[in-house]
Amino acid sequence: MVGIIGFGAYIPRFRIKVEEIAKVWGADAPSYKKGLMLEQKSVPGPDQDTITIAVEAARNAVLRAGIDPAGIGAVYVGSESHPYAVKPSGTAVAEALGAVPDCHCADLEFACKAGSEGMFLGMALVKSGEVDYALAIGADTSQGAPGDALEYSAAAGGAAFIMGKDNVVAELECQYSFMTDTPDFWRREHMMYPKHGGRFTGDEAYFKHVRGGVEGILAKSGRKKEDFKYIVFHQPNGKFPTRMAKKLGFTEEQYKTGLLVPTLGNTYSGASPLGLAAVLDEAKPGDRILMCSFGSGAGSDAFIFKATDKLAQVQDKARKTRYYLDTNPIYLDYGMYAKFRKKIHKNVEED
Amino acid sequence: MLTPPRIRRETPQRYRLEAGKCKKCGEIYFPPRLICRECQGREFETVTLPGTGKVAAYTVIRTAPTGFGDQAPYAMGVVELENGARVLCQVADCSPEEVKVGLEVHLEFRRIQAEGESGVLAYGYKAVPER
Amino acid sequence: MRDVAIIGIGMTDFGEHWKVSLRDLFVEAALNAMDDAGVDHVDSMYIGSMSPGLFTGQEHIGSLLADYLGQAPIPATRVESACASGGLALRCGIMDVASGMNDIVLVSGVEKMTDVTGGGATYALATAADGEYEAFHGVTFPGLYAMIATAHMHKYGTTREDLAHVAVKNHANGALNPHAQYPFPVTVDGVINAVKVADPLTILDCSPITDGAAAAVICPLDMAKKLAKKAPVKILASAHATDSIALHQRKDLTWLNSTAVAAQKAYKDAGLSPKDIDFAEVHDCFTIAEICVIEALGFVEKGQGGQAARTGLTARDGKIPVNTSGGLKSKGHPVGATGIAQIHEAVSQLRGEAGKRQLSNPRRGLTQNMGGSGGSAVVHILEVL
Repeated sequence: MVGIIGFGAYIPRFRIKVEEIAKVWGADAPSYKKGLMLEQKSVPGPDQDTITIAVEAARNAVLRAGIDPAGIGAVYVGSESHPYAVKPSGTAVAEALGAVPDCHCADLEFACKAGSEGMFLGMALVKSGEVDYALAIGADTSQGAPGDALEYSAAAGGAAFIMGKDNVVAELECQYSFMTDTPDFWRREHMMYPKHGGRFTGDEAYFKHVRGGVEGILAKSGRKKEDFKYIVFHQPNGKFPTRMAKKLGFTEEQYKTGLLVPTLGNTYSGASPLGLAAVLDEAKPGDRILMCSFGSGAGSDAFIFKATDKLAQVQDKARKTRYYLDTNPIYLDYGMYAKFRKKIHKNVEED
Repeated sequence: MLTPPRIRRETPQRYRLEAGKCKKCGEIYFPPRLICRECQGREFETVTLPGTGKVAAYTVIRTAPTGFGDQAPYAMGVVELENGARVLCQVADCSPEEVKVGLEVHLEFRRIQAEGESGVLAYGYKAVPER
Repeated sequence: MRDVAIIGIGMTDFGEHWKVSLRDLFVEAALNAMDDAGVDHVDSMYIGSMSPGLFTGQEHIGSLLADYLGQAPIPATRVESACASGGLALRCGIMDVASGMNDIVLVSGVEKMTDVTGGGATYALATAADGEYEAFHGVTFPGLYAMIATAHMHKYGTTREDLAHVAVKNHANGALNPHAQYPFPVTVDGVINAVKVADPLTILDCSPITDGAAAAVICPLDMAKKLAKKAPVKILASAHATDSIALHQRKDLTWLNSTAVAAQKAYKDAGLSPKDIDFAEVHDCFTIAEICVIEALGFVEKGQGGQAARTGLTARDGKIPVNTSGGLKSKGHPVGATGIAQIHEAVSQLRGEAGKRQLSNPRRGLTQNMGGSGGSAVVHILEVL
């Protein structure tokens, strides 16, 4: 049996509400809130980045896996906001956990599906017997361009999964990936903010590839929609995943546990991984879970998991996803948010 | 003076809280030392500091040194960890008024310094109040 | 070992000396001291300076200043112990004379802090702290002392007002000191409501950034009796002690052990106890420092330092006047010069030359000079003959 043996989440404590952002840009907050099904988003502190989030999520995953981190044979960090353009985030995570030096490491990028990519690769490495434990993390602190629609949702957070064959808490039943070359959303080298194709990012990008991922994995596994207690889709806003669920014939009952975006925002590479972590926090043995990520460019990774008896034993071993999401958030005004996110031009480079 | 050799050398302490425990008298040193100041012992074992403790002294830095301006005001504390060892670090994710002697905290992995826009990043620990 | 005496003192004004270089500050103070002593040659010299390298880009100042003073090729040694550099320079000079290696020795201190920006000065000062486990995390010197303050307030009930009273007392004294950087009085409310630097300390709890130099000429006591133009001042004791420079690695966060150990040694060597001291110049880099120092010196019980300034115990007309010069707070704190400037005030008081600040007939004074947040301390006890 191959699957997830430990999982963990981390979300920074700061938040900013849609109204705060709309006020500055003269936009109509209620219509953004309704259109995006979004109230607020998380904001990383000036001392937080993809590496710090990844380390904390990974520490939680190690607590649940109950393994000596020295046994981790591969570390993959997927993000659109790696702190360095050249120098991996994964090496810092591996060092922090003590997984070095017998460890493979690679940083991944594929817009919002960079986290699930690591899971796809990690599962395969474990299946092949090449490593005992593989760690995959999706984490981001992506920026939204000021005044752009994406500024309301670009948030920060991450989730980590340790994969192996012993003491599996969520068995992997199937994995599948669907991908085309589609320029829906991109960022050129040296540019600070991404650009996107507006409404083109809907039908031809998100909906096409999530549908492709879901239909593909159902066909590959022989499973039906009704078999799943939980579904988790990539969640750039609240509208897309709920509309996708409806189009594909899934119910609110199935998607609501893993839908964090209304109070979290879009954590990009962390989005569907965090949704999965929130589901695993609550799932009961025997529950089947379908996860399908989406990354612009474009593609989807899909997975089917089945919770095992061991899941109940590990859920309380680390702080849960909703603990990070809901406990004592600190709300910022736009000025403080802009300062934290370094959107303000300053004279001095070092400060 | 954030240079690559220093960052690399200090990683076991900053990333993994690795300390040295005197084999003779049990005194804990963070960072590890070569000789025990209590018993003059020269043999140590590596131990990991616990990640939880209490604030023993604190302040709120309002005039920050270069490189920390964007974070000001920020609280700093001497944190006494559960095994008696103490560290000095920022107390993050809270309003400065919340920090008091006796506040329970745990240590989280954070970016401590960056060498401008193009230089190396230095990571380490900060204390976060238990909630 | 020979007894040693001070026969001459000199200092520059303390303040922002945009037009005066480090070399010229030193020479001005040194010549003042040599003139005061009535000598035109010294056998060796010691200069206390915390970091001419970081503040002005200049090292090798022993030789540089010996040359600029016109005394090359005499031996010249730069001494460093952070803010205790000056006091330690005196101690090194004393050892030079007491051992018999040299007779007439110049001891001095100088710091030129205003050629760098505020940020540059803060960076240089932070090297007195533990660079890897304190400064790395973003703490400043006011921050470290502020932590001592919050711990002291928590443990002993010392109040925000107690701290302010130290600044009020020292400014009242400094207002009468012609060399002082800030010769004006302050009020308790003014201190408490000034710009916050590191809670609970405000800018008026903190000693300033200063340029300045101070110097003294010392020689064997027997020679002093013949040579000196004015009453020689005998050095009864010179003691130096260390502690961990990192605040969090000390046993007691509220206790300045290096000062206590140095003071105990000094009292023992002099055959005296705290009550035998008539006045003291102590290292009030921050108001809380004076509170903790007078406890470590044994002038008050442990934990009771907070009341001293408030109740007038340490005022000029109090039982044990502390910092009649204005202290570092009002006089200024050119780091390396401070230890020698404390000697300047002590000798002035003992000779009856302290002008409007003069105490009535003091016989014995104590100076305490401290490095960093208490990592080093140098204590001297002086007696007028």
